[in-house]
Amino acid sequence: MNRLTLDLWVGFFVAIGLASLLFLALKVGNLSASTGGETYRLEAKFDNIGGLKVRAPVKSAGVVVGRVSEIRFDSDNYVAVVAMQVDGRYKFPRDTFATILTSGLLGEQYIGFEVGGDPEMLKAGDVIKKTQSAVVIEKLISQFMFNKAAETGDQQ
Amino acid sequence: MRERLFAALRWLGKRANDRIWRLGFASRFFLMTLLYSGTALRRFFLTVREIYFTGALSLIIILVSGLFVGMVLGLQGYDTLQRYGSSEALGVLVALSLVRELGPVVAALLFASRAGSAITAEIGLMKATEQLSAMEMMAVNPIARVVAPRFWAGVVSMPLLAALFSAMGVFGGYLVGVQLIGVDEGSFWSQMQASVDFREDIMNGVIKSFVFGVIVSWIAVFEGYDAEPTAEGVSGATTRTVVTSSLAILAADFILTAFMFRGV
Repeated sequence: MNRLTLDLWVGFFVAIGLASLLFLALKVGNLSASTGGETYRLEAKFDNIGGLKVRAPVKSAGVVVGRVSEIRFDSDNYVAVVAMQVDGRYKFPRDTFATILTSGLLGEQYIGFEVGGDPEMLKAGDVIKKTQSAVVIEKLISQFMFNKAAETGDQQ
Repeated sequence: MRERLFAALRWLGKRANDRIWRLGFASRFFLMTLLYSGTALRRFFLTVREIYFTGALSLIIILVSGLFVGMVLGLQGYDTLQRYGSSEALGVLVALSLVRELGPVVAALLFASRAGSAITAEIGLMKATEQLSAMEMMAVNPIARVVAPRFWAGVVSMPLLAALFSAMGVFGGYLVGVQLIGVDEGSFWSQMQASVDFREDIMNGVIKSFVFGVIVSWIAVFEGYDAEPTAEGVSGATTRTVVTSSLAILAADFILTAFMFRGV
């Protein structure tokens, strides 16, 4: 085999190898969409985060606007502190309400922002004051059972 | 009685010593290969020639198996997912299993049996026909001239082949899932893009395949160089290459996965 044909084949091999890597990065991965760009850090305190995980999405009106970057336990107040990296293009008012929600019945948990009306915007490093904890299904069920038991007790 | 016990212990000790000595020799050989890589990189044509033999000639088997693995994943994944009413997640299932695990691992197993065995057989036969000794007589270092180019060709080819395998597999999953079964095309791709992270998933897969490339090429060139210079020795070395590198790939995959995806 002469050198030119060999170079041609190896060039072809390397080119389609790199092309498939590019395909994986752009079409399969999310390199084109959300990576890069400025983010800023917000914190929120929750009584109970349920099954929230690091890298869970932060959504507002259903659109992903950021990711959970860190979860730690505040041993002074016994609450969970969740840090989020929010896309720098989006600003939220000071009285934004952060809730831990579940997508679908068995889906992953995420943080939802419900926007308030404050004219001042949250800055990097701010703490969101108004939060609502995750709904823990066991608690709901036990409350329901407890109410039922109380009702039947009253009737008798 | 005591003689027998001693004999058994001696036998055990000899086996252990041999293994350890061989591992040490393999490590020294690996360092020598890295040390004498200068020629392989300076006279790059030597390496390009080997990339042709290890990489370009493995294209067909990698592409075809990638396509079929992806298509099977599409069928099996759909069958399971539709029971839970979430067949749109098919794209996520196919892409994540390929990019994280199947792409690097299956491509490396194929690479070990397609290219690794060929490298071992070639170097072993060169040794058996005393071509390596002839090179030494002419003051040409066989590690620099024969071993290093093959090693580097394997290291370069492996990540590219794994990426091709994954891309082909995703395409196969798309063919079966979207074209054949009729999963919605938009949610197939958009859910995939939402769940597959470039750094976490794709780059970790590339790192895995690079590590596998180093392992397979190292085992292949070492077994060839260390082969007994007879016809039987070369065939035994070829078998050992495939067996050892397959086991090493699976073990390394477990260790890498434990470090990369602990699901924090």
